[in-house]
Amino acid sequence: MRPPVILKTTTSLLDSSSSSPPCDRRLNTLARHFLPQMASHDSISASPTSASDSVFNHLVRAPEDPILGVTVAYNKDPSPVKLNLGVGAYRTEEGKPLVLNVVRRVEQQLINDVSRNKEYIPIVGLADFNKLSAKLIFGADSPAIQDNRVTTVQCLSGTGSLRVGGEFLAKHYHQRTIYLPTPTWGNHPKVFNLAGLSVKTYRYYAPATRGLDFQGLLEDLGSAPSGSIVLLHACAHNPTGVDPTLEQWEQIRQLIRSKALLPFFDSAYQGFASGSLDADAQPVRLFVADGGELLVAQSYAKNLGLYGERVGALSIVCKSADVASRVESQLKLVIRPMYSSPPIHGASIVAAILKDRNLFNDWTIELKAMADRIISMRQELFDALCSRGTPGDWSHIIKQIGMFTFTGLNAEQVSFMTKEFHIYMTSDGRISMAGLSSKTVPLLADAIHAAVTRVV
Amino acid sequence: MASSVLSAASHSVSPSCSLSTTHKGKPMIRDNTLGFHRGPNSFSSSRSRGRISMAVAVNVSRFEGIPMAPPDPILGVSEAFKVDNSDVKLNLGVGAYRTEELQPYVLNVVKKAENLMLERGDNKEYLPIEGSAAFNKATAELLLGADNPAIKQQRVATVQGLSGTGSLRLGAALIERYFPGAKVLISAPTWGNHKNIFNDASVPWSEYRYYDPKTVGLDFEGMIEDIKSAPEGSFILLHGCAHNPTGIDPTPEQWEKIADVIQEKNHIPFFDVAYQGFASGSLDEDAASVRLFVARGMEVLVAQSYSKNLGLYAERIGAINVVSSSPESAARVKSQLKRIARPMYSNPPVHGARIVADVVGNPVLFNEWKAEMEMMAGRIKNVRQQLYDSITSKDKSGKDWSFILKQIGMFSFTGLNTNQSDNMTNKWHVYMTKDGRISLAGLSLAKCEYLADAIIDSYHNVS
Repeated sequence: MRPPVILKTTTSLLDSSSSSPPCDRRLNTLARHFLPQMASHDSISASPTSASDSVFNHLVRAPEDPILGVTVAYNKDPSPVKLNLGVGAYRTEEGKPLVLNVVRRVEQQLINDVSRNKEYIPIVGLADFNKLSAKLIFGADSPAIQDNRVTTVQCLSGTGSLRVGGEFLAKHYHQRTIYLPTPTWGNHPKVFNLAGLSVKTYRYYAPATRGLDFQGLLEDLGSAPSGSIVLLHACAHNPTGVDPTLEQWEQIRQLIRSKALLPFFDSAYQGFASGSLDADAQPVRLFVADGGELLVAQSYAKNLGLYGERVGALSIVCKSADVASRVESQLKLVIRPMYSSPPIHGASIVAAILKDRNLFNDWTIELKAMADRIISMRQELFDALCSRGTPGDWSHIIKQIGMFTFTGLNAEQVSFMTKEFHIYMTSDGRISMAGLSSKTVPLLADAIHAAVTRVV
Repeated sequence: MASSVLSAASHSVSPSCSLSTTHKGKPMIRDNTLGFHRGPNSFSSSRSRGRISMAVAVNVSRFEGIPMAPPDPILGVSEAFKVDNSDVKLNLGVGAYRTEELQPYVLNVVKKAENLMLERGDNKEYLPIEGSAAFNKATAELLLGADNPAIKQQRVATVQGLSGTGSLRLGAALIERYFPGAKVLISAPTWGNHKNIFNDASVPWSEYRYYDPKTVGLDFEGMIEDIKSAPEGSFILLHGCAHNPTGIDPTPEQWEKIADVIQEKNHIPFFDVAYQGFASGSLDEDAASVRLFVARGMEVLVAQSYSKNLGLYAERIGAINVVSSSPESAARVKSQLKRIARPMYSNPPVHGARIVADVVGNPVLFNEWKAEMEMMAGRIKNVRQQLYDSITSKDKSGKDWSFILKQIGMFSFTGLNTNQSDNMTNKWHVYMTKDGRISLAGLSLAKCEYLADAIIDSYHNVS
């Protein structure tokens, strides 16, 4: 008998109640009139005034990021066998961060290049980087690129791309509603709410099968108002790891186009999911091929390991070259008041790798090695659970794609695994396969086995 | 295969209108107006005019109604400069430091820091949302002084931002969320992007008098009057030093009086410090205004940039600091700044932060940096002096050009009007913005005489 699986997939939206009403600030201002004034020429700072005097006193402490909380708890744990499966970054078999060899080589080249300087780059980013990023996601022979119907701007990794795209749509698109899959990456609703869009959801993950609720997805998108924006994970869905098949993607595409919905792809794992850059871009290319409009946010955090360099791109595919150039001009007006222009270092690394055939080939080798290691971790974990006779169907572990796996464990089971086995993961049962190694798979399998057999 | 679609041409005829000074946010451009298709349609030779029917709407571009945005004026100056074939052309519009040979300059300490990074084999992991801890510590100490009581008492919330602009935007978003309706006063004139930043953050702003065209100096009385008459609890945007675009700064005595008025009205100062060390050559001197306000026990916001003083323009490294009156409220402020940054870009870029932390945190590199900064500031001072000497030796009219020497930093407001600035470009191939601002960083000693000729001609012969 399979234990009941209850998933808590609530997404925390911005809590408007955390904003203090303006009368609080006026009361603070009024109260200050009754406090003694500081001497106007006192050059030595007195001891700090009482806390009630601060104009920032009405600010509340913001809630801690849940994923960060997992890592903080992990860091505090003194156990030598602790395991961090909450971190959303690739790790080697030894559990260490990895800087790709191609990245190191390019950085050495950049430092040796005396012609390089640190001048401001354009608001839209490095031209080479933008062109090559578009080719990477759409394919070099894409008609949209040939016809100059694509505008691409460099942004701060995937998050910055989503935010710029969201603000652009809030300003210039006729519909201000974006549909997000349930569940989705925790930052998505915050990004789009702050960008000025209202967030709705469509069914995606089916807890009963730990797979795709395809019928629910089609029904929900089928009833979305015409013109609504739809966020789609291009591959390696975060946090579930559940992706549509190509046949399902084709049905999704037909539905979206027939309902005149606007697809907004989040492509954070191209090449990193399956090991093939082209295979992972297939859903996006399916939509581009029909000539329709769409947005794509790209990230080079995972597939090039450039996490902290913040490299990403936003591409908007338009109906004509003229529209594309007007769109680009307005994108600049979104970006300039946000940060003026993007950072140069990471984009220079990416452009150099995408431009040079040898570096590019070496990158694809390293990329496949990362993807293969994750795939083998999935297989090893599945095999370990089978060999222990752990109750339930665990085939979803090998069906799911990318860094993350929705295990199906509930919050109580997760809590048990943390206390008894020092295994750290988010309470929704998501684990990052990148944090596993052949050495730690048995430990995790033991913990899951204990959790499902002892905690219902 | 691309499907063939019928598309109706339609676009907005009028460009975006200019915004009023107290405008909150930007007008939405949503309605299409009738117009002609401006480019060839690659999918269909047929065109539709008139109202778009529902049947056709399915295939019409959703972005068709988006107008071309107005071109950026400063970018336009540099682009016009590029296509000019003249041998004597001069680009004084660029807001970046140049050597005497008018080439970009990468500081030696920056190269050393980058080599150190490579030797250490640093990884590329995500920084925390608030940025590098080493950078945040170094930047707050550089701004306030390491022995500042505000730092010792942990009353400073520092969050790494994307240079000055990103830091200003974080501060603006904090104001929007926690001081709804509060007004920001910005100097007239100010850096053009300031208005964009507060507009996009939905923070209302108005101007206070600052620049006096008659004296090409500070309108101190007007400034004080406007700050005094602003609603209580307003935010006052102040350039810490080297005012952009005028180069005009208050004197220490004037700073004291400004602080008096701000305290009297319970306003909150919001400093933009983009030129610390680069303005005068001294880090401490350039931070004096901020330190004065903090020493008075005032709560302040300060946006910092390392674009100019470390030459890290494109690495996008800066910080927003909030000095609070208690460590508890500083911690809360920091948590809210993180909450704003997370949905904007998740976490900041690592490369520039490491460079700054390594330079500021390493005594050897720090001293070398100070020497290079003094060299850059010194070159600009020499250029100011040379330009002044050239103009005064040529101009016999008796006009007072001393403002050139009094102004501070990279930029100089010449007092030339729009027509005179046009003459500089059309006749003399000197490229500058139409407000009469020139960037002295784009000037070499060898070109000062030429520029003096151009200025004298434009001032006297063009009205």
